[in-house]
Amino acid sequence: MRKTWLIISREYLSRVKKKSFVIITLLIPVLIAGMLALEIFLAMGGNKETQHIAIIDHSGLFSGHIKNGQQLFFTSVTGPDTIDLASRYQQKGFDGLLIIPAIDLKNPHGFVYYAKHQLGMGPYLYITGQLDKIVENNRMLAAGIDAKQLESIKSDVNLLQPGDGTHGSSSGHSYATTAATIAGYVLGLLTYMILLFYGMQVMRGVAEEKVNRIAEVLVSSVKPFQMMIGKVVGIAGVGLTQFLIWIILGGVAFLALSPLLPGATHTGNAAQLSGAAAHAGTVAAILKALPLGKLLGCFLFYFLGGYLLYAALFAAVGSAVDQEMTESQALTLPITLPLIISFFIMFNTIQQPNSPLSVFASLFPLSSPLVMIARVPFGVPWWQLALSMILLVLGVLFMIWIAARIYRTGILLYGKKVTIKELARWAFRKW
Amino acid sequence: MICRLPLSAACLFVQTGGSRFHRPTPYLPFLCNAMENMLSIRHLKKYYAAHKAVDDISFDIGKGAIFGLLGPNGAGKTTLLRMITGIFFPDEGDILIGDKPFDLQRDINRIGYMPEERGLYKKMAIGEQLVYLGRLKGMPREEARQKARFWTDRFELNTWWHKKVGDLSKGMQQKVQFISTILHEPDILILDEPFSGLDPINANLIKNQIFRLAEKGTTVIFSTHRMEQVEEICQHIVLVNNGKKILDGPLEAIKNNFKKNIFRLTLKEAPQEQPGDETTAFRIEEITGNMLLIRLQEGCATNEALSYFMQKGYEISSFQELLPSINEVFIELVSGTVPVENH
Repeated sequence: MRKTWLIISREYLSRVKKKSFVIITLLIPVLIAGMLALEIFLAMGGNKETQHIAIIDHSGLFSGHIKNGQQLFFTSVTGPDTIDLASRYQQKGFDGLLIIPAIDLKNPHGFVYYAKHQLGMGPYLYITGQLDKIVENNRMLAAGIDAKQLESIKSDVNLLQPGDGTHGSSSGHSYATTAATIAGYVLGLLTYMILLFYGMQVMRGVAEEKVNRIAEVLVSSVKPFQMMIGKVVGIAGVGLTQFLIWIILGGVAFLALSPLLPGATHTGNAAQLSGAAAHAGTVAAILKALPLGKLLGCFLFYFLGGYLLYAALFAAVGSAVDQEMTESQALTLPITLPLIISFFIMFNTIQQPNSPLSVFASLFPLSSPLVMIARVPFGVPWWQLALSMILLVLGVLFMIWIAARIYRTGILLYGKKVTIKELARWAFRKW
Repeated sequence: MICRLPLSAACLFVQTGGSRFHRPTPYLPFLCNAMENMLSIRHLKKYYAAHKAVDDISFDIGKGAIFGLLGPNGAGKTTLLRMITGIFFPDEGDILIGDKPFDLQRDINRIGYMPEERGLYKKMAIGEQLVYLGRLKGMPREEARQKARFWTDRFELNTWWHKKVGDLSKGMQQKVQFISTILHEPDILILDEPFSGLDPINANLIKNQIFRLAEKGTTVIFSTHRMEQVEEICQHIVLVNNGKKILDGPLEAIKNNFKKNIFRLTLKEAPQEQPGDETTAFRIEEITGNMLLIRLQEGCATNEALSYFMQKGYEISSFQELLPSINEVFIELVSGTVPVENH
């Protein structure tokens, strides 16, 4: 135990003391802050490509009904100006030209759009959406539903009016799905990146010891199992340290910036900041809609469980690497594949948290660290959570057992290209 | 006319390819001043799928002995050593340390093992690394630091304490490796090809250290396929080939047993005619100027040969028996008895 502890502390300290650790640990929050700043900048309209689009409406149904979007402005053109507009719209200062034929409401077709550039996805969806809506409205009017009825039907559709965050309890419900979705994405993505990043570190560390030939020196002092556990746990410590630093940095940043953000709306001196303030208000509302304590607890549990499970496998593969790290590609695939599959299931889970696939994947130990953590924000029956945790613990123990058997063979084996079949044989052979 | 049979030959164990008889090897009093066995190997076996890496090997090593484990590449030396160091478990057989069965928990710290392929953390500083490896062998931190300081001083590495291993020359790395092996003062020191890659000066430095440790009671197991090193260092050897023990005994006894009764005779002047004939006690093997190599006939004494030359009026400058080198014994045994696999 004392020796295992020694190995853990060496693995931990040798990594934490490195310059690259300090740099990465400080750089990543800066990158994230940069991304957030970019997002706020975008939300505040810093990146608008405005397009002015001319419309020639032969049907007479659309002009005046197509609403301007945030970046799209429509101008109805009538009379003599329409002649040859298709060849002159650019000279007239338009970015595009939409020609609407005299359509049959039952079978509308023949819309033509002229533009120098292809329409982007956003504008395309916006324009077709507008056209669809107008066609629909006209069909309903034709079917005898009057404009007032139409309005009353529509107003029911807008459930998700943005609240100001101060009525968290009353408007909180409208945020629940958004909050759960965002939390699911963030936590799932984070877990995926952590498992892959630190798992690879374990693999590289093991392979390095083997290629360095220090492994044989060490196994004459400690058991291979102690070496493996020491590395896995030591690197877990590095990861947790990194998190701790980030949480502290994040907390400090939040405390330092929080007087600025809501303050902007009160002083009212900066209209531009209102977007950011609204953003901050939204964040606050989203956070309030989540069971934060439960989330954090589950995140820690699934992060550690998933890490131990995958790190053990990565260690086993690292021990089979001989000289060249490039050889390990074929061997890492069976580990990264379940991770990548889990990653895709996770995206699906956020769409449908209780589908049979989501439930299964959140119970199965190889995928539960990613999928369950994405499900938790949506609410999970307690028995499923308990079962998933028990299965994960069992899975971790089993994987460590397997990995240890592969490790003690692999770490001393040289000059042989190892296949997956061989790894399996090492794992299950009589020792 | 008495034919001389070396006394020590009685203590010699030779196992040829076909016959398989076992007999514990007795110890010669003059070789082992402390008589207790430090390490005993009993019928050790380790089989891989289709390959018998170690096939029923037994021997004993006394406390403070310098013991040579010889064999061609792939003979099973490393597998044997890995079992003694507790890295591998034997399929069958026992390893006794002192008189007790090998216990990994208790005995792993009493062994120092330097594998053939050296290994250190390249990016770790020398001092830190030595202390770490010492602590892994159960030393308290402070003691490990003091010992590491002592040894780096002795090997003139003290100014390199904070330097990384990767910055050292290969010879210096070897010295660090050696220090890391002996730092915890093991009772059993196992060295696999300790001199490979060392220049003569550093090889001597380490050789002297091995002698010093043995004097203090450390049992040294020295594994190699370089026979000339064995002759310089070892008192007792075991020769393995294809996983089997084919020779076991004190070095001198083995040499005597394999001697061909060849002597080197140097005369004051080169002989005018070929000395000796069918009837003399010796046959001439070779004549180079005034130096003759003679083979003594079975059952004849050296004095008979010498008196022949004296009677002929030759003046003798020197007369010396030529014992076979271990290399010759090795080649004779390995090629003569058991086919050597090429690895």
